[in-house]
Amino acid sequence: MSTRCHVATRKGLFTLNRGASAWSISRANFLGDNCTLVMHDPRSGELIAALNHGHFGVKMHRSRDGGATWNEIATPQYPEKPADYVPKVKPAEGKPADWSLKLVWSLAPGGGDEPGVLWCGTLPGGLFRSEDGGNSWALNRSLWDDPQREEWFGGGADHPGIHSVCVDPRDSRHVTVGVSCGGVWSTRDAGSTWRLTGRGMRAEFMPPERQFEPNVQDPHLVAQSPANPDVLWVQHHNGIFKSTDAAASWSEITNVKPSAFGFPVAAHPGDADTAWFVPAVKDEKRYPMDGRVVVNRTRDGGKSFETLTRGLPQEHAYDLVFRHALDVDETGDRLMFGSTTGSLWVSEDAGDSWQTVSSNLPPIYAVRFEKVS
Amino acid sequence: MPTVRFTQNIQRHVACPTREVAGETIRDVLDGYFRLHAQARGYVLDDQGRLRQHMAIFIDGSQIRDRDDLSDRVPPDAVVDLVQALSGG
Repeated sequence: MSTRCHVATRKGLFTLNRGASAWSISRANFLGDNCTLVMHDPRSGELIAALNHGHFGVKMHRSRDGGATWNEIATPQYPEKPADYVPKVKPAEGKPADWSLKLVWSLAPGGGDEPGVLWCGTLPGGLFRSEDGGNSWALNRSLWDDPQREEWFGGGADHPGIHSVCVDPRDSRHVTVGVSCGGVWSTRDAGSTWRLTGRGMRAEFMPPERQFEPNVQDPHLVAQSPANPDVLWVQHHNGIFKSTDAAASWSEITNVKPSAFGFPVAAHPGDADTAWFVPAVKDEKRYPMDGRVVVNRTRDGGKSFETLTRGLPQEHAYDLVFRHALDVDETGDRLMFGSTTGSLWVSEDAGDSWQTVSSNLPPIYAVRFEKVS
Repeated sequence: MPTVRFTQNIQRHVACPTREVAGETIRDVLDGYFRLHAQARGYVLDDQGRLRQHMAIFIDGSQIRDRDDLSDRVPPDAVVDLVQALSGG
């Protein structure tokens, strides 16, 4: 059971430990800096933090001692454009995509059989891979050079980006990524070739005749079931979608109360039928329905949802939970999530009840348990 | 030889001491500086070699015009200041 968790915020990275009776903040790193993402690698124990310095750009740091000390490591770099490259004007923006790193938006360890391999999704849509624990990065040209990539567009952000990287625990060469906006893509050969796999998703924000095109979909987050990796959950801009055939096709789950809109989703590590969501008013308002913070849990594969409220604020709460700000530990009992208004809650009974860890943190971007492999 | 000075605000991330660096254009001067202090490059230029959106460079008090190719001429005894813009904070 996880006893340590890392929280990336607008003003630094915070480490929380489970004491004898409660969780508390034990360390702050990068105080004052915009820490947009954190990753714990269960294979090595290493931590990687992504920082976005407004003036000085995106930087990555790595800790090999649990967060006590950090060193700057390589940042993914977009290569120079080929001399014969003819940029395609993106209809949504009226100009070609910018070949330049804007944000590190996802970080994932490779499989257990490929130590040192890391995946990194970015804005404006490049997927990078490291084979040396982050000392160097290479852009995945197969996905970047796919003509359909140039059709991607921003959803909320000004640029499209890869926010989800799911490595199949059965086969490290099978990787599924989520793109806002560009649907869900998967590779079976470690990134040599990619397939667009969003059949069944629906995009209300497009004209009717284009709503089911896979490449315009806006999955907010993709979560793969460790228990059955053929099962994937997507919290989408238009609702909740589920696949039971390794992302080949998707079915929409409707009639979710109080709302099917939201950003995060967490899949239970040992039960493919269980997942958690944090709903919000869709989509131009983005705050909890009726000012009540709730967590939705399904335990029957999406047929029904329980709305969990015990310990969560139930009046005048306007906390939005970003896509990487909910996590579940390796047992499925401990969950933690944080909000844009700096509230952080933990559950140790699979969401049945929640305790407030802090109400005063900076805006929270990501919450990650140190999971025992 | 031109003198290159950096804002104090960058120093907590990466050491950027004041240096005299030869060069006829601001690109030449910066390339010379980054040969001595490689880690500073990514804090000033983006991955396409352009001046970062929220950074500014002044040559003897005048802001450079060519932020992408950095072709602005640098007089031999100029003072080059690299600072962060007020935008982007």
